[in-house]
Amino acid sequence: MRPIAPLTITGGKLLTGSGEPAAGAIRCEGDLITAVGDVAAQDGDRKVDAKGKIVMPGIIDLGVFEIDKPAFHFGGVTRAALMPDQPPPLDYPARVRFAASYGKPDFWVHPIAAATRGLEGSELPELGLMKDAGAKAVSSGRKWIADSGVMLRVLQYAAMLGLPFISHAEDAGIAGGAVATDGETATRLGLASAPAQAEALAVMRDVTLAEMAGAHLHIRQVTTAAALDIVRKAKDRGVRVTCGVTPAHFMLSDIAVNGFLTFARLSPPLRAESDRQAVLAALSDGTIDVVASGHDPRGAEDKRLPFADAAPGMAGAETLLPLTLQLVRDGVIDMTRMTQLLCVNPAKILGVPAGRLEAGLEADIAIVDPDRPWIVDSDRMEAQAGNTPFDKQPVQGRALGLYKGGMDVKV
Amino acid sequence: MSDTPPSSSTRYPAGGLAFPHKDLTGISDLPPWQILYLLDEAEQWVALNRQPTKHVDALAGLTIINAFFENSTRTLLSFEIAGKRLGADVVNMHAAQSSVKKGETLIDTATTLNAMRADAIVIRHASSGAVRLIADKVDCPVLNAGDGRHEHPTQALLDALTMRQWMRSRGSEEFTGLKVAICGDILHSRVARSNVLLLTALGADVRVCAPPALMPVAIEQMRVSAFTNFDEAIDGVDVVMMLRLQNERMSGPFIPSAREYRHLYGLTQTRLKRAAPHALVMHPGPMNRGVEIDSDVADHVERSAITTQVEMGVAIRMACLDVLTRRARGVDGWEPLNGEMTS
Repeated sequence: MRPIAPLTITGGKLLTGSGEPAAGAIRCEGDLITAVGDVAAQDGDRKVDAKGKIVMPGIIDLGVFEIDKPAFHFGGVTRAALMPDQPPPLDYPARVRFAASYGKPDFWVHPIAAATRGLEGSELPELGLMKDAGAKAVSSGRKWIADSGVMLRVLQYAAMLGLPFISHAEDAGIAGGAVATDGETATRLGLASAPAQAEALAVMRDVTLAEMAGAHLHIRQVTTAAALDIVRKAKDRGVRVTCGVTPAHFMLSDIAVNGFLTFARLSPPLRAESDRQAVLAALSDGTIDVVASGHDPRGAEDKRLPFADAAPGMAGAETLLPLTLQLVRDGVIDMTRMTQLLCVNPAKILGVPAGRLEAGLEADIAIVDPDRPWIVDSDRMEAQAGNTPFDKQPVQGRALGLYKGGMDVKV
Repeated sequence: MSDTPPSSSTRYPAGGLAFPHKDLTGISDLPPWQILYLLDEAEQWVALNRQPTKHVDALAGLTIINAFFENSTRTLLSFEIAGKRLGADVVNMHAAQSSVKKGETLIDTATTLNAMRADAIVIRHASSGAVRLIADKVDCPVLNAGDGRHEHPTQALLDALTMRQWMRSRGSEEFTGLKVAICGDILHSRVARSNVLLLTALGADVRVCAPPALMPVAIEQMRVSAFTNFDEAIDGVDVVMMLRLQNERMSGPFIPSAREYRHLYGLTQTRLKRAAPHALVMHPGPMNRGVEIDSDVADHVERSAITTQVEMGVAIRMACLDVLTRRARGVDGWEPLNGEMTS
């Protein structure tokens, strides 16, 4: 590859991932950051003036269903961990290797290996070989491993390999074919619904098993007060458990499905307002470690259907940053914590040398105007499909520039 | 007819303002007076249907498609008879015969029916919200003949008409304070939801009764009181509405057996004594005799309104088809809807 000139970004407010935003510059050589803080551009550098905007690590989107580069680049995302729920599932080393190389050079995909063959919850796949092929985690995808014995063995194996297990917290026996959370909305609409406790039960079991196995458990989405309490207590006990959430569950409650809006058909389903408030509290107190998009673009053939027949999921890559910035504007979190939720913690969980602005790490950098207003429009999105429940909603915050390994991907 | 109420023209806004909707997808879209409007409109068809010649040409030349994506005998027949008595050309489309089996999407089926220039489409579908989805894609009026467990508005209307006829025979027309118990599989029942919406809108005191596994969460938010004990639920009520125990859900964790269900939730002569002495017995059919309702209750000449419900069904569906096609037929005062008025 042709060597590129070093990159120096000056005049920005640096969000390095530790500490308050501070004025400073950053210099990169090759694909690495070489200096942060009080540095000056040298002759021959590509010089960029951030004009007082925020300079932060590229977002690492932990748990997406599609490699949708234009949408990720729009949203300031430089890396994403790809869920194993692919056609076919990521349960063979060759598939993992292919996925790992798919986005390069300007977008890096960190594949998540399927925890069981075909995600069917019974047989163990070649997790060790998949790790060598580039898998950074193991996951049951959007499914629940019903057999606790199988789950325990997978967790033990993942612990041995040093891979985190990413779980989907819904006890399938209770959730069954539900497409909504028990409550007035589901009852009025006549939608098959399940109690929110299906999540707490799943989290309780998985935390217990992970503790037994000594594995690192990451629950991709925790969306209810009861389950968040279990995570909080487990963390206090010193269990290696982390958890995440997507903006839908801190911005919306189950009333958003009124009118049978399939863009709001998610997995897990939207919850009661009291649970949404609990998610906000958990973002604020540090119980939640990660905010991710769960990006899953779905076209009309999957979404223009009766609610229960529609596929779950939303296109979230473009709205991840502005909706997380909304938490900052609302005083739920500060900028430093936002960087941890979007960059630092996902990198730590996946074990990749990124997620901070620090000498020696990958030069994945986003220049962000946190105030820039724009309107989400499902007809005009970069994503492969515009299935967003935030259609026509005004938001603030946009990535103005993006660098992957020091390379311009967006100016 | 001596028991016909005053002409509806004096009680409702003139012309199309009386029913400003393109479709009838659910009771939840209707304020109380629009419900009463449809009931009043149905009275003339009750009268007609009791004549030897049960036919008018009001809808002559119009094509009504009954698109039933889920099996039905009585509702389909009722809509077919209603359309034919109004003079329309009625075509029935059964899911079993349709391209749905070949993988065509619901939207494509809907646009196909639309392109055939149907003047009204009656839809039954197994998924909640499916009828609304189609209604938004086609130009002609769409009538919901049952969507999943969401709504079955014409059933609730015919039940209300049945109750009103019965109340009138007892010297009243007032739903306010009427005590109605709806018993059975509330969870999976669109009939229950539409009836709850309609009866509470008109001021009735509605109770629902089901075993816990068949009771929807937060049903109290729909302004009803919920019971798991059948004897308490029917204590002193004016109307007992039994729902069909859906045989396909009889085994497994919902209900141990039909025998046990009858023991706890079957309407027997003995149980009926707990209701008011004059209490009316209703059932949307088809019945499981000896399970949710005993034959001697179902066939009780003075108490059971089950056959009257079927009769009122035709009249209600005639009223709905008539009202919803008035704009297309250019009936005086029924101007096309502007955007804001569309439901």
